[in-house]
Amino acid sequence: MSGTAEVTKEQAAGQPEGTPVLELRDLRVFYGAIEALKGIDLAVYEGEVVALLGANGAGKSTTLRTASGMLAPRSGRVLLHGERVDGIKSHDLVRFGIGHVPEGRRVFPRMTVRENLEMGAYRFKSPDRDTLDRVYSLFPRLHERRTQLGGTLSGGEQQMLAIGRALMGKPELLLLDEPSMGLAPLIVAQIFDILKEINEQGTTVLLVEQNASQALQLADRGYVLETGAVAMSGEASRLLADPRVREAYLGEGAA
Amino acid sequence: MSAEALVRGRAAERLRTVRWYQRPRWKRLGAMIALAVLAVMVTGVQGTQRDLFYALEENLTSPLLLVWLALTVGVWAVREFLSPQVKAVSDGYRSVVEEPRGKLRRAWREEKWLRWGALGALVAAAVFLPSGLERYWQTVLVDQIAIYVLVAIGLNVVIGWAGMLDLGFIAFFAIGAYSAAYWTGALPVQPPMELNNFAVIPVAIVTCLLAGVLLGAPTLRLRGDYLAIVTLGFHEIVYLTAKNLDDVTGGTGGVKVERFSLDLGFWSYEWGVIDPMPYYYLLLVFIAVVVFFFWRLEHSKVGRAWTAIREDEVAAASTGVNTVRFKLMAFAIGASTSGVAGVAYASKVGYINSENFVILLSVLVLAYVIFGGMGSIAGVLFGAAFLVWLPEALRDFVDPKDRYMYLGVLLVIMMIYRPQGVIPSRRRARELKLSESGESDADAMTEPAGGRLS
Repeated sequence: MSGTAEVTKEQAAGQPEGTPVLELRDLRVFYGAIEALKGIDLAVYEGEVVALLGANGAGKSTTLRTASGMLAPRSGRVLLHGERVDGIKSHDLVRFGIGHVPEGRRVFPRMTVRENLEMGAYRFKSPDRDTLDRVYSLFPRLHERRTQLGGTLSGGEQQMLAIGRALMGKPELLLLDEPSMGLAPLIVAQIFDILKEINEQGTTVLLVEQNASQALQLADRGYVLETGAVAMSGEASRLLADPRVREAYLGEGAA
Repeated sequence: MSAEALVRGRAAERLRTVRWYQRPRWKRLGAMIALAVLAVMVTGVQGTQRDLFYALEENLTSPLLLVWLALTVGVWAVREFLSPQVKAVSDGYRSVVEEPRGKLRRAWREEKWLRWGALGALVAAAVFLPSGLERYWQTVLVDQIAIYVLVAIGLNVVIGWAGMLDLGFIAFFAIGAYSAAYWTGALPVQPPMELNNFAVIPVAIVTCLLAGVLLGAPTLRLRGDYLAIVTLGFHEIVYLTAKNLDDVTGGTGGVKVERFSLDLGFWSYEWGVIDPMPYYYLLLVFIAVVVFFFWRLEHSKVGRAWTAIREDEVAAASTGVNTVRFKLMAFAIGASTSGVAGVAYASKVGYINSENFVILLSVLVLAYVIFGGMGSIAGVLFGAAFLVWLPEALRDFVDPKDRYMYLGVLLVIMMIYRPQGVIPSRRRARELKLSESGESDADAMTEPAGGRLS
């Protein structure tokens, strides 16, 4: 199984082909009169991990929130397998196989871990036992804490819970908004390892990150946003080696 | 040492000294004496306008003050000096009670027949006991308790489950009552066709559903305090319309409404003017139907969606909950329950005017829900029944004008010592536990303070 997965992954990393799972075409989003996204083009192919990088206010989260239906673009398109989905509300997009892990984790603080996860399977008639077991095996910590309340978990555990909750909806595409926010480096590494595993099990991932080096090590490809437009894009390894990226996001070579 | 540091040092020193009267023990004594003075002023003679100090002089020299002082200082003394003994007694009591209590609890959780038996006994008591009451209490039971229980169950959906603070809930009660008046032809304006009071019920439900959606739709973006203000405004609009649009509603003069009657051709029945019991059984059926329906709803996907919305709207949407639809639904369901209560009220009392729907009632119904335990049906049933009964019962013991003051005192004490309500919902109890350990917010209406980064 892992053999075939690697082959397709290499293909995807080198020269993505076919219809992308998610495609953004000339996306423009406004907050009132302020143009937050000035025509973003972006594609995520099946089996990929794509990282969206950029400084504060570059439009990373806005891009993700538009893709997940929480914001409506003023013009441009959001395509899912080639079908237009912009304008569809986020709660309906969940049914199209998009899992969204919102910024700041947002677990349900007064539900137990188990209830949080079951809530993630809300789109189904009843929570799927196998998926629950899968989430528990990805995050053994959540299994240990399954009767504990979401609000009492540590930051890293809450992030795990938020990801687990999104997985309960059996998404084919997982959107993550800054999963490393406010977490200790060791925990971030753990979470990225798990994301890698989730990807290897067949879920396509689009993640927004400030932590460029971690994100690019995990990702196949990356996009760098600057003031609402794509400034750079390409293979993750190339971006990681690019002196401009190193200077701006990895704090190197500035002096 | 610099002069500045010295000054700072002295300031610190001064702030750190604790004088004898600042010790917690003596502070508490002061508070207890103040409480005694307050209690004697409240329970003693009333003041007059001619002599402003009359009440002060009378009460502070009356032997009643000594009684109160003895009581409060006694409580203080017992707590301060006899606490080991008190603890020993309470521990002894607890050790005796603990085992049977634990057994009972376990049995309650595990044995189905026990729960069903208790429910059956309660229902039987609700059905058979009231016929033995005096007529006065039967009237209180029907005109107030049963009606407000119904309203409170409706409000519980909105605030207890969906977490939206509604301060104008009586507006829907009013809409229900005026629907009854309109469709039975009691208002100055005539309906296209006159309906039987029972037939008005579905009409009132639809009217209140629409009113609920009308109020809900533009206010859905609001939460907590903001929503509360809007609902307050909505209540005032409904109330003032009822009051000032005399030509349509009868205003403060009021209108007479026909009572319930049923004519099925082969069998007809009229709910009379004097005996409240037939209305009681009717309302009991209403309440039972609503409770059963809501109980099913609470444990359905709808109930879970409401809980999710209450905890975090963004997260709820990200798991696929249509937040707009479910919030509107909570509004509409709550409103229509209140509307049914309105129809029942108008058709029982036989007369309504605008003063039956003042804002105070909205606040009281909110108090019933919170007192009983937000989000718990059993709690709300109890809370409404008890708090409606209490002022009536106090009539015989205290100055009738002061009754609501005692209610207020009770609510304050309750909020300090048992904020989750008498019979809290499981989830609500958890929320308060979390807030005590500083990890969340006790306020169910706003988003939690803890567990959130952005």
